[in-house]
Amino acid sequence: MEHGQEGTARTGSPAGSHAGGYRIYAVTWGWLLAITLLELAVVFLGIPKVLLAITLIVMAVLKAGLIMAYFMHLRYEKLSLVYAVVVPMFFLAIVLFSGVGPDALSVLNFRR
Amino acid sequence: MSTHAVDQERVLASEWGGGRSPFGINWPKLMMWLFLAQDTLTFAGLLSAYGVMRLSLGQWPHQAEVFSLYLVGAMTFVLICSSATMAVAVTAAKRGDRAKVVPYLLLTALGGLLFLGGQYYEWTHFIREGARLFANPWGVPQFSATFFITTGFHGAHVAAGVLYLAITAWRWTRGRIQPESVEIAGLYWHFVDLVWVFIFTLLYLI
Repeated sequence: MEHGQEGTARTGSPAGSHAGGYRIYAVTWGWLLAITLLELAVVFLGIPKVLLAITLIVMAVLKAGLIMAYFMHLRYEKLSLVYAVVVPMFFLAIVLFSGVGPDALSVLNFRR
Repeated sequence: MSTHAVDQERVLASEWGGGRSPFGINWPKLMMWLFLAQDTLTFAGLLSAYGVMRLSLGQWPHQAEVFSLYLVGAMTFVLICSSATMAVAVTAAKRGDRAKVVPYLLLTALGGLLFLGGQYYEWTHFIREGARLFANPWGVPQFSATFFITTGFHGAHVAAGVLYLAITAWRWTRGRIQPESVEIAGLYWHFVDLVWVFIFTLLYLI
């Protein structure tokens, strides 16, 4: 039942786990800030629009992954919960890109 | 008979067996996860509508000329920091560091209020420059509609989150809630941060 709690509590000795438990958040926080700064840097760099969009979306997905895995503890949950939460998001992304994207572009071509 | 019992134990213990608790969490936490999954659909709807409008119009104002990316960057920084303090509050509650829980919860709520302050400033500035819900001086009416509706929806989530955190802190001092309730409040707060990652990227940067 308390799978999640056990997962986090199991790391190391009492004293060590105490420091380690908070440390992982400091590390995650540092990475999130670093990626955010990188995002802003990429925008000011002025690279081609499509490349910029792809780079930024990849970085956003990375940040989302970090938040879900460490802040939301998904890494320490049972796999069935992880799949129940993450898999629908992939399907949603596929449906949105393949279903709605072409429609938007066809409207654009229609206007021209 | 005994092998049957062993089989049953193995099924209950396995990753996919279901058993007594298929997802390995209590129902309040599962309900929060389900709520977050459906709230994702709300924001996915808003953001994909934005994508469709922007793609099909073929033109969109240059955001960096309209918004201050420094202000938005600072707001993002504050929200990420508040997520980190929330994670500390959750861990403190679970480990029994009782004295740490309320200060970190309040610090998280303060982060939320700072974010809302930034948003208030941004909206005021935007409206003073002539932006209305369905009209604005930048030539694309959908531009301000998208901005107001999407960031407004997110701002409402932050405001609700601040209230939720305040209530959680209050109930924790009264000894009315278990560490799991703090964790569930944390899930909501991290989700608000998660949504902002995509709004920040898609609405302001791309």
